[in-house]
Amino acid sequence: MSSENKQILTTDGIPLEVSLKKAEKKNKVKAFLLVAPLLLFIIITYVFPIGDMLMRSVDDKMVTEMLPKTYKSMETWDGKELPPEEVFEAFYFDFQRLIEEEREGKLSTQLNYTKNGFKSIIKKLRRKSKSFEEGNYKEQIMAVHKRWADVEYWRAIKRRAPAYTYQKYLKGMDMYENEKGEIVNVAEDRRVHRILWLRTLEIAFFVTVFCFLMAYPIAHLLATLPMKYSNLLMICVLLPFWTSLLVRTASWMILLQQQGIVNDFFVMIGLVSDDNRIEMMFNKTGSYVAMTQILLPFMVLPLYSVMKTISPSLMRAGKSLGGTPFIAFWKVYFPLTIPGIGAGCLLVFILAIGYYITPALVGGASGTLISNQIAFHMKSTLDWSFASAMGLMLLSGVLVIYWLYNKLVGIDNIKLG
Amino acid sequence: MALPKYTETHYRIWHYIYLTICAAVFFFLIAPLFVIFPLSFNAEEFLVFSDGMKRLDPDAFSLRWYQDMIYGTKNPWGLAAKNSFIIAIFATIGSVLLGTVAALGLSSRHMPYKGLIMAVLISPMIVPLIISGVAIFFFMAKAGLAATHTGIVLAHIVLGTPFVVITVTATLSGFDHSVTRAAASLGSNPVNTFMKITLPLILPGVISGGLFAFVTSFDEVVVVLFLAGLENTTIPIQMWTGLREQLSPTILAVATCLIVLSTLILVTAELLRRRSERLRGINQ
Repeated sequence: MSSENKQILTTDGIPLEVSLKKAEKKNKVKAFLLVAPLLLFIIITYVFPIGDMLMRSVDDKMVTEMLPKTYKSMETWDGKELPPEEVFEAFYFDFQRLIEEEREGKLSTQLNYTKNGFKSIIKKLRRKSKSFEEGNYKEQIMAVHKRWADVEYWRAIKRRAPAYTYQKYLKGMDMYENEKGEIVNVAEDRRVHRILWLRTLEIAFFVTVFCFLMAYPIAHLLATLPMKYSNLLMICVLLPFWTSLLVRTASWMILLQQQGIVNDFFVMIGLVSDDNRIEMMFNKTGSYVAMTQILLPFMVLPLYSVMKTISPSLMRAGKSLGGTPFIAFWKVYFPLTIPGIGAGCLLVFILAIGYYITPALVGGASGTLISNQIAFHMKSTLDWSFASAMGLMLLSGVLVIYWLYNKLVGIDNIKLG
Repeated sequence: MALPKYTETHYRIWHYIYLTICAAVFFFLIAPLFVIFPLSFNAEEFLVFSDGMKRLDPDAFSLRWYQDMIYGTKNPWGLAAKNSFIIAIFATIGSVLLGTVAALGLSSRHMPYKGLIMAVLISPMIVPLIISGVAIFFFMAKAGLAATHTGIVLAHIVLGTPFVVITVTATLSGFDHSVTRAAASLGSNPVNTFMKITLPLILPGVISGGLFAFVTSFDEVVVVLFLAGLENTTIPIQMWTGLREQLSPTILAVATCLIVLSTLILVTAELLRRRSERLRGINQ
């Protein structure tokens, strides 16, 4: 019995299986074509730029391109003693070209990142090199400043030879590669970034905990109240949700200031004396309070949507089987809400870990997060590659949580409003 | 929520404690918004309740900060408001078009790699705004679109589409596909079917996605801070600068207007959500 005999044919004489596959494929292409415009748009304007950030964070071609001859002649130099005349000569010619193109300032900035003290000696070299005579550049350059005769500075130049670097990532973790190529911590009093990372995690964690503790009871109330009342109360959750972040931050700035209403209240009930008002703004407290209130709706909504689906008869059944209301709650109700807890906590944590506006306005120096540092380097120091590196370190953390979220909740299950 | 008569005393107490906690949390959520209202009518320049205000003295209240907001020479609120609305409207149109079409494709059961593509499309909502800001800034600078309205609109389309995709996909999840097949069997072409059958049914989802996209664009400050030049200033940028430098009551007047706007949007969104649930036959 051959399989041909069993095949069902369509009216066109094509086997049904083939015809069906063709139709399915057509549908697949159709569906994909609908998604394609947005997918392409997001990939071009969003995914590629993030890739570009990655390139920038490891890109170190600038110095490599500025000193091509120097690096070529340095290839044979072992870095133990001062480089030979040919390196000095190559460096002199590279440097002359940079002066012509007026780029020697950039070189000094770049080299100063690698080792402090380059700025002044490059300036000096620029002045003196005008009167250089041909030949014996080693002597002449070394005579400009004693640091030019220091092998450490030449090693620093050589370290910038590769076109790619992971220095910015090390810097983001307060580490650097020393002269011997070992990765070491920076001096204790200069470790700023680790403190920021830890503080970001700490604030994101506690904000999540506070949000959970506050959201759980009200989500439960909203889910169990009759529709009539719960719709009204839901406005208390949704109005802040729809209100501008800046408006909400502004209201906290008014409330928390030293002459603000919260302090007035504390004075009134005698918690603090009038001349001893608490500073609640421009420090961690400000960040905690404002972020908790702002992120609270993101915890309430997922919890509410899960609690809404739990039948009240389950609690009644638990109680009728002899459990006290507390045991019934803990053994029956609470486990059923865990998906909502997971969704809410992950969402709030993700949002909190990348928060920028609120900490910048109410956080002061002790309440700022890693995002503020990224913005600082983007806008003030203009060290964009470092900002990119820190951004990607933060992003990789967020993506891990995003992946977890997708595993546990599924992104197509995100509910809004 | 009345308790049954037979409830024991300690559970009764616990129940009232629970209600008190809930009341406190609701107060914490909503009260801060209401501080702004009275202070924006303050006759004085300070951001505290003056003695006159506490006595409800009519002289302690004034509309001077609203006048300052509209007619103030130093305040670029007019330009900012115009820019904000233009940018938000175009960003909303872009997000709704791209997002709705994509959602139609995504809810087809034939869609290949659905999970992966969804993850990519939703990512601008999940990735911290500061990172999106840096990445989009690099792109716009390369494309020569930094400090242009076009650049900001494109950036806001990126940030707004995830909301449209999510809301429209959610609406489509309860969509009965046999109605479109019925239309097709009656000789309607796909475009006609979409305009006459599908769109009216998913319209609540589309509009509420559009509202999300509008609010996202209208409130967005992090990405605009990177992209905007002096000409492209928006309300959030002006508020941000104002809050950083000096908290003036004019900002509170603007904030009050924004709260009124968000209340309107909230009411619209709620009505749409209920209509959508009714249309999809979810009765509560």
